[in-house]
Amino acid sequence: MAALIEIERLTKRFGAFTAVDDVSFSVDRGEVVGFLGPNGAGKSTTMKMLAGFVTPSAGTARICGKDVVDDPVAAKRSLGYLPEGAPTYPEMTVTAFLKFVARIRGYRGIEAGERVEDAMDLTQLQGVRLQPIETLSKGFKRRVGLAQALLHDPPVLVLDEPTDGLDPNQKHEVRELIRRMAPDKAILISTHILEEVDAVCTRAIIIAHGKVLADSPPSALAKPGKSLEQVFRDLTARPAEAA
Amino acid sequence: MGGTLAVARRELAGYFATPVAYVFIVIFLMMAGALTFTIGGFFQRGQADLSPFFNFVPWLFLFLVPALTMRLWAEERRLGTIELLLTLPLPQWQAVLGKFLAAWAFCAIALALTFPLVVTVNYLGRPDNGVIAAGYVGCLLVAGAYLAVGAAMSAMTKNQVIAFVLAVAVCFLFAAAGSPVVTEFLSQRVPLLAELARGISLIERFNILQRGVIALRDVVFFASFIGFFLFVNAVVIDHRKAD
Repeated sequence: MAALIEIERLTKRFGAFTAVDDVSFSVDRGEVVGFLGPNGAGKSTTMKMLAGFVTPSAGTARICGKDVVDDPVAAKRSLGYLPEGAPTYPEMTVTAFLKFVARIRGYRGIEAGERVEDAMDLTQLQGVRLQPIETLSKGFKRRVGLAQALLHDPPVLVLDEPTDGLDPNQKHEVRELIRRMAPDKAILISTHILEEVDAVCTRAIIIAHGKVLADSPPSALAKPGKSLEQVFRDLTARPAEAA
Repeated sequence: MGGTLAVARRELAGYFATPVAYVFIVIFLMMAGALTFTIGGFFQRGQADLSPFFNFVPWLFLFLVPALTMRLWAEERRLGTIELLLTLPLPQWQAVLGKFLAAWAFCAIALALTFPLVVTVNYLGRPDNGVIAAGYVGCLLVAGAYLAVGAAMSAMTKNQVIAFVLAVAVCFLFAAAGSPVVTEFLSQRVPLLAELARGISLIERFNILQRGVIALRDVVFFASFIGFFLFVNAVVIDHRKAD
């Protein structure tokens, strides 16, 4: 069976600037892939292309075998996506917002209600269910974004910095959640936090200047007596000095 | 179609979640009432019809409708929620249509609240209610045309003020195209353009409807006008979604 996320020679150019340069990788069921790289490396752009928000300049991306450009609606059905910064509609209450997402995802009536309840349970949002999202703290807003991505129990999860802005306890909870879901999903998360890669990821992909520099399990990356942090710095700092 | 309705429902609820809806309705009703009874000379004319009211509606809408549409896409861009909306499994045209329908339904509510005028004129005399109904249909069609223009302008920018000004300018162009000032000026110099200007004028078409004539070609004109600008809206969103 083909991998749930397949990216082949994906490229995005903005004018003369190449944000993502010939990136290829795949993510299988049961894998949690950590997408690492300095700011501006092309992590978010790759994820946006995978989610069908940015149109690739070249190459293909498939989710569950569905091309994100040729068959966008089918690809998006199998995908739970947390955009960078977890944008939500500030004036809506948590329940109203999640109901809206459930309705667009095709759930009706009682089933929509159950989906919303399940998603709120998973992300511990029950306490703020009737609060407008704009009155919530950063951590809660992030969890609302996460709830929205998990609502339809998708086979593929793409999470752009899921733990950004969370306190240590909340970070721990989100990591636990990811670990619990991992066996039957393909999960791609981007992060700046290297310990997170050690904690939850089965594989790490390091990207800088739009190119994939490393793609292996975190333990293999850190092997030759160096910490993951040292490896990251060695890999990503070098091209910048050369330029 | 479920997605279109979900988007429309959310948008419509969004109007009422902020003071926008109430300010719009109160100002519209006050201005419409004031203009009808003062400049319109509702009583002095001694005729049982609503043309003093209908004459002002397109000009009131010219400024009020762009205030409704300016946030439709510009706000989504500013908040980043456009990324959320367009990565849900929803064809883009459904998002465009849903937003338009919500704003149109809102205009219909505002128009429906002018019912005391209909009651008054029926109490005072024996108006031709068929003509009044045709006038309301005309108002709704003009509102739809302005909304389609406004939504397309809102898709082009993340600044609501720019969206508003652009929408007023373009709507004014189509409203005023058939006015005597324009057509006389043009017919003295380029008679062909004068015909064209009268042909694309929204007010000219509205006046036909307001007299009680619902002709197929006028309805087709409004439908194609709305369809064209919704198409422009969809194209702009598709090309500039990630900007």
